[in-house]
Amino acid sequence: MHSGDITIDQITKIEGPAGLKVTVRDGQVSDLKFFIQDYRRFYTKAVQGKPAAAAPQFLSRICGTCSVSHLFASLEAVEKAMGITLSEQSRVLRRLAYDALMIRDHALHLYFFVMPDVLGIDSILDITENPEDPGHQLLHDSFDIKRLGSDISNAIIGAAIHAPLPTVGGFLKLPDPKQFPAFIERLEAIRSQVIRGIQLFYEWKQEFKRNSDYMCLRGVDRFDFINGHIITSDGLCVPETNFHEMLENVVIPYSHAEGYKLSSVHDDYLVGSLARINLNRDQLHPRTVKDISQYLKFFPSDNIYDNNLAQAIEILHCVDDAIDILKSIRIVNEKPVVATRKAGVGVGVVEAPRGILYHMAKTDENGILIDYDVIVPTAQNQINIENDLKKFFNENLYKEEKELKLAAEQIIRAYDPCMSCATNFLKIEWDKK
Amino acid sequence: MTEVSPPKKKLVIGLFSFTCCEGCSILLTEILNDYLEAWLPLVEFRHAKALKTNNRLEGLDLAIIEGAISSVSKEEELKEIRANSKYVLAIGSCAVTGLPSASRNTFEQEGKIDDRIRDYFNRFDYAPQVKKLEDVIKVDDKVPGCPMNKDLFLAGVNKYLKICGIVE
Repeated sequence: MHSGDITIDQITKIEGPAGLKVTVRDGQVSDLKFFIQDYRRFYTKAVQGKPAAAAPQFLSRICGTCSVSHLFASLEAVEKAMGITLSEQSRVLRRLAYDALMIRDHALHLYFFVMPDVLGIDSILDITENPEDPGHQLLHDSFDIKRLGSDISNAIIGAAIHAPLPTVGGFLKLPDPKQFPAFIERLEAIRSQVIRGIQLFYEWKQEFKRNSDYMCLRGVDRFDFINGHIITSDGLCVPETNFHEMLENVVIPYSHAEGYKLSSVHDDYLVGSLARINLNRDQLHPRTVKDISQYLKFFPSDNIYDNNLAQAIEILHCVDDAIDILKSIRIVNEKPVVATRKAGVGVGVVEAPRGILYHMAKTDENGILIDYDVIVPTAQNQINIENDLKKFFNENLYKEEKELKLAAEQIIRAYDPCMSCATNFLKIEWDKK
Repeated sequence: MTEVSPPKKKLVIGLFSFTCCEGCSILLTEILNDYLEAWLPLVEFRHAKALKTNNRLEGLDLAIIEGAISSVSKEEELKEIRANSKYVLAIGSCAVTGLPSASRNTFEQEGKIDDRIRDYFNRFDYAPQVKKLEDVIKVDDKVPGCPMNKDLFLAGVNKYLKICGIVE
């Protein structure tokens, strides 16, 4: 039986710094704190008083790995505030860029951060160049998958991190379609490697269950990361503009990030890939469904480790969706759509790789931002993670500290949390009745 | 009798992240797609919390650092890294110039410090000003860009592979 306190100063193999402190008294967890340690940058305050057109590129800098999510959510918020409706071509190109983001970002989390746990090693750096090494092929799969995601991002939006080409109303420069056939070929070739990854995370028999409340965006007619309504496992369905009314804001005194509960039931909930596959798997690409039906039948799942499997499935969906787009799109020369007004309020809700992301922009008659708000997925998952860990430690205190620490890190890692996101905005006051 | 050759010396690297979006680290994980195989015989990643759990700070040849410095406690961490490393390479705009992470440095004059911000300043040890690395320690080389410029970063790594006698 473990006795005494357990501290993990900094959780490793995640995006940014977070720690954990567990206080044990008389064989029970008397206190547990999961705290996000990144210092805030107050970017939503920084953009106030600045031209709205400049905000998306600046707010992309909230997060390195999901910069495209922040960029697109911010563009959507500003475009809606200014009465801009995107062309169909711009919408499809953003969808393609988003597929590329998911391919790269999920592969980074799954292979660089989680795969060492699956293989029972500390790090991908411990995988040798010996082809007999069980990690060798998977590591090279990850290089190929990530590289393809980055290369498509470079071609469509100018970069995988802080992409320069998307702008308010459209694109500053359109992609060269001559590159598309080679991408289609590489996407086709990578499918078998992606399916090998799906099998890896399916076969990793880890289990931890507690919560069963989920929230995600649901597209009208497809598995959509950018447009749709917000739905929950309780059957709620609300438009993007009402998103923040669904939430109860919770200040966590020891964390640099705030947490959220569902305002209707004052309960925690989970956002991310597991929520999307649990609630939207009927909308996955038909080719994806056909090739991995044996793995899909295990959803809906309340096992947090299945967030990894859900991400691996989403990679294949994004590969298949990207192939469709690249085969069908005909690039026509067009300029960004011009704003019809300058003053307004706009909301952009997208699914970041790790869950629902909300941006709200309010502009004045000169197009200057007078208010801005961001709610990120990791802040929403923060209370859920903490409650999971309380349950985990209470049920497993008989184990050795080393084993407990490793398992706690694995549970946290399964959420694919991002601390950069969680700490780099300032919540506005909520006026809720 | 065959002679056993001594283990080949490697460039001992530490990767560190302070206040920022971590985009430079993410770019580095993309660079690894193409360079990890070539680097593994030449480089030991002794400290890299994004990639491994068992990390050590001692005896670094090159500390590669992203992000700006938001507090006195972070200044102390940075000084400890400097004391343990022969060379320091600052990567990305936040480490090199402070910005955009240092955006709050102008909040006072812009009248943007409200009760919510003051609450964070009071609860945690935020320094009055966010600093670039060079405001706190000696920096040997800089890779600017947001995210860092990839070619300049690769040139920087190659420079220290040579200086430390790992490659000709």
